[in-house]
Amino acid sequence: MTYNKLKRIDLIFHEDCECRKVLEKTFSKSNDEIINDILESGLKGRGGAGFPTGLKWKFTAEQPSDERFVICNADEGEPGTFKDREILFRVPSKVFSGMAVCAKVIGAKKGYIYLRGEYRFLLPELRKALDAFHRDIKDLIDFEILIQMGSGAYICGEESALFESMEGKRGEPRNKPPYPTVAGFKNKPTVINNVETLVYAFMICKHGPMRFKELGTSDSRGSKVFSVSGDTPIAGIYELELGMSLDNFVEEFGDGDTKAVQVGGAAGFCVPRKKFRETIIGFEGVPTGGSMKVFNSSRSMYNVLHNYLGFFEEESCGQCTPCRVGCQQLIKGVEAVKKGEKKAVYLDQLLKLSETMKLASKCGLGQSVANSFSSIVENFREEMIY
Amino acid sequence: MDKSINLKIDGVDVQIEAGKTILDAARAINVQIPTLCYHEDLCVAGNCRVCVVEVTGAKTLVASCAMPASDGMDIHTNSLKVRSARKNVIELLLSEHNADCTNCYKNKKCELQDLASEYKTSGEQLFIDLVHMKNYTVDAFSPSIIKDDSKCIRCQRCVRTCEELQHVSALGVAYKGDKMKISTFFENSMYDVVCTNCGQCINRCPTGALIERNYVDEVWDAILDDKKHVVVQTAPATRVALGEDLGVETGQIVTGKMVTALKRIGFDSVLDTDFSADLTIMEEGTELLTRLKKALVDKDPTVKLPMATSCSPGWIKFIEHTFPEYLDNLSTCKSPQQMFGALAKTYYAQKRNIDPASIVSVSIMPCTAKKFEADRPEMRSSGYKDVDYVLTTRELARMIKQGGLDFGALPETRYDSIMGESTGAAVIFGATGGVMEAALRTAYEIVTGREVPFENLNITPVRGMEGVREATIKIEGTVPEWNFLEGAELKTVTAHGLTNAKLVMEKVKTGEADYHFIEIMGCPGGCIGGGGQPIPTNMEIRKKRTEAIYREDAGKPIRKSHENPEVIAIYKEFLGEPLSHKSHELLHTHYKERQRY
Amino acid sequence: MPEVQELVKNLADKYGRKRENLLHILQGIVEQERYLSDVALTEVARELDMSAAQVYGTATFYTFLDTEPRGKYVIRICRTITCDMKGKNRIIQAIEDTLKIKLGETSQNKKFTLLETNCMGWCHEGPAMLINDQAYTNLTEDKAIEIVTDYVKNK
Repeated sequence: MTYNKLKRIDLIFHEDCECRKVLEKTFSKSNDEIINDILESGLKGRGGAGFPTGLKWKFTAEQPSDERFVICNADEGEPGTFKDREILFRVPSKVFSGMAVCAKVIGAKKGYIYLRGEYRFLLPELRKALDAFHRDIKDLIDFEILIQMGSGAYICGEESALFESMEGKRGEPRNKPPYPTVAGFKNKPTVINNVETLVYAFMICKHGPMRFKELGTSDSRGSKVFSVSGDTPIAGIYELELGMSLDNFVEEFGDGDTKAVQVGGAAGFCVPRKKFRETIIGFEGVPTGGSMKVFNSSRSMYNVLHNYLGFFEEESCGQCTPCRVGCQQLIKGVEAVKKGEKKAVYLDQLLKLSETMKLASKCGLGQSVANSFSSIVENFREEMIY
Repeated sequence: MDKSINLKIDGVDVQIEAGKTILDAARAINVQIPTLCYHEDLCVAGNCRVCVVEVTGAKTLVASCAMPASDGMDIHTNSLKVRSARKNVIELLLSEHNADCTNCYKNKKCELQDLASEYKTSGEQLFIDLVHMKNYTVDAFSPSIIKDDSKCIRCQRCVRTCEELQHVSALGVAYKGDKMKISTFFENSMYDVVCTNCGQCINRCPTGALIERNYVDEVWDAILDDKKHVVVQTAPATRVALGEDLGVETGQIVTGKMVTALKRIGFDSVLDTDFSADLTIMEEGTELLTRLKKALVDKDPTVKLPMATSCSPGWIKFIEHTFPEYLDNLSTCKSPQQMFGALAKTYYAQKRNIDPASIVSVSIMPCTAKKFEADRPEMRSSGYKDVDYVLTTRELARMIKQGGLDFGALPETRYDSIMGESTGAAVIFGATGGVMEAALRTAYEIVTGREVPFENLNITPVRGMEGVREATIKIEGTVPEWNFLEGAELKTVTAHGLTNAKLVMEKVKTGEADYHFIEIMGCPGGCIGGGGQPIPTNMEIRKKRTEAIYREDAGKPIRKSHENPEVIAIYKEFLGEPLSHKSHELLHTHYKERQRY
Repeated sequence: MPEVQELVKNLADKYGRKRENLLHILQGIVEQERYLSDVALTEVARELDMSAAQVYGTATFYTFLDTEPRGKYVIRICRTITCDMKGKNRIIQAIEDTLKIKLGETSQNKKFTLLETNCMGWCHEGPAMLINDQAYTNLTEDKAIEIVTDYVKNK
């Protein structure tokens, strides 16, 4: 197995905006050229799912429609993820610029930033930056960005739930297909990208695809902004090259007593110490939207799991059976095993249930509960029982 | 979309038109995939996940009700993954469902129970019982509908019914996660919100979460009380659907057996709402002509046109909530049920020499809103509660079973008299367009002295399942008294389901349409699709019931309301003439504005 | 016109009366009133001509759109794992003691409501809390008491 050494990168937060200049240069290219640059770079969605960004733009641009939208998904709700907040705080114009490039490529006149309610304090500065941006690009492109606030619902980070929310409804994920590129916001073809993805797309426009492509691995090109928290002396936000091993990561960020790392938040995987060396952070290994949570040996993994399950039980939209009832059963189940009301083998029943949730849930939320559940239960079974 | 799709389901090749789902494809080759949230009348939700299947190459299972079939799909409906997921999903639903089956009104009529009986092999509950951890409530304030959250499996069929078919949305989905529930506004009682009591949600609830408030025991008690004289009336639409709950094929007319059953059960007099339906035509037809005369000849600006029918209590409550400014456009006629009720404790009591205080008046209705209607304070013009108990078709089926009757083997008998005679015009009240057709048969003849100019009296333009049907009848060759209508075109519109009712009323409101007469039935298909009818319901079933209604009409010796001999007699002996003082006292009513939101 | 009716009307004038404007209006009400009363939601249904049950259903989906009375300052303590590990329970205890209310309760003078909330994106600086829109991080018991006391005295 090959992996990269941990390497800090400075693309995202580098104060090199010159947004207008880059946009001018980019807009002098044809849409096909821009899409090809993005495709060539190998950029995949930074929200966690990892869909190739260039393809998303291409599909949306090709979909016949009188109206198309670009939406910046800033509903950063995954526990342990806080990098989008920092990006929007420090380099908002790069986000706007990424949206503007996308808007040109797909022919959108309107873009939206769906900002989670917990980040409402960002709003005044963001509005100011947005006004300045609008003034700056007025003559370049007929494109307006609006900010829509969320109101405290994790599931609205799921793209179709986000559209529902923007349409004034309950944030319940839709059946797919159709996908957003065909029928997204207001059932129009829509590109929905994570905050970070849009900035990378813009940086690729600025530096050309090679600068990005030469970073990372063949499956995981480029760098990524990580949100590091938990039992680490240097919690914070770090832009790192993709493809590092977890071993490497722990060496840098651990407190010397790391027993597990939760990669990808509550919806991600828990990797125990014995698997640090073999685990690559990237789409070929363990993918992440950026959340890296470090646990040292003083932590009860039962408590960790219980906390996550409580989170899901509450944040499930509730419409589909596996997720709504499954989350309740998982948390009640581990409680019952812990208290001795159920035998330890009941955990196997729950593992099967989590597999059902993975296979039969309507959206990514229910499907991903099994990630943390099975990785914690399987690796720390003893802690679940005693 | 004439392209067809080729796929494989459980190894069998299927061809199906583009745009269909995997579920459609499976059904086309008789592969049964279980469903719960899916309902043919409603948009696809894809949320119960009972219908998941495996598509070779797909990362997850897919909901067959929501996934479009596509070329080359290789689908397995019973793979290891599917079986395991399906069993787990059913177990999950059971764990949040109050599975107190033997005490449940829907025992043996529950889709979740059916699935459990198919899939449960272990004899024990797989997961932890969540029911006792939840503060489930039962809302039993409404005289029509009981909502028991402990039985709810959140399939949202009721929510979609209330929104899509009825445009009422008294029920919605509230909260999220483990707290997610089906709720009215602020969890108020169904009685206190904009619910029209139509009961369409009941017809589509797979479990016992939404049921009618039943009065079976109260009615038995009355029957078995010697001091009570219990009369029963049966609505037009019950006779074409009752059989479905009693082992008879859909679309069979069971009038004679139903009458026999009611007599055997012990009702003292088995009478027919069809009689008062004919009476309704006399009153309502005359009212329409009078309104037309006042508007056209007297130029009376206070006369409201179009006039709308008032037989459907779901529609009445809907307009009271939604378009209160149009209450004066409603015919003042009571519904046939309430006309009958008022007469049962007056005319009938006099003729039969029975103390009205001892009469218990029961109606068998395809409708749950009729229960609310009978409870309205206006409905006491006899000096008593005009209709004491309203039973749905389903409740009657239950009584027949409780009575130990082998329905299929019962002989056929005729209704008792008086108030048991009816015409074909009354029978068709049960189908959308029926009141319109019946009224036209009579009104046209009053105005022209001739029968309506349609073959065999079948006014086909007002029939059918189209949601909104406009028809214009040209009036020619009028008798002298009505010659002001010579050459006039009577513009009518017929709609069923409250979503269509809203469309019609919006057109009236914007002035886009200048109708004279509007027939609206609150339920899809009219009363044959009523909220009190046997479950299940779908378009095919509603069509079969409708065909039966028109067969019954065609076979009737008398097919025009004004020719009903008992109707002629009651005007002669008791009421005088249509819209007489006595009629107004007993057969007409008024309406009440209700909160819109 | 009662105050809340006027507020709803103004918000509907500002944002529009289509379904897609619903969340904006609800957020606007909460900003002013801190919660959504039945009167307010009925008014929203009227202004947008939509089902009151759907307005209610939409509101209750979102954690920040409370339908129960809340204080002028809503304190939300993050309960998710890192803040939990870093001692959010001690912070809650300290605030409970300072304000003399329990988690989930509103003070008698309707000034404070104390709630827990799910991850609010400050894991690297936990424990964290929001007081209305304002985030406070790296909390210690003393710091939390100091912040809350400042609200008690000066706001």
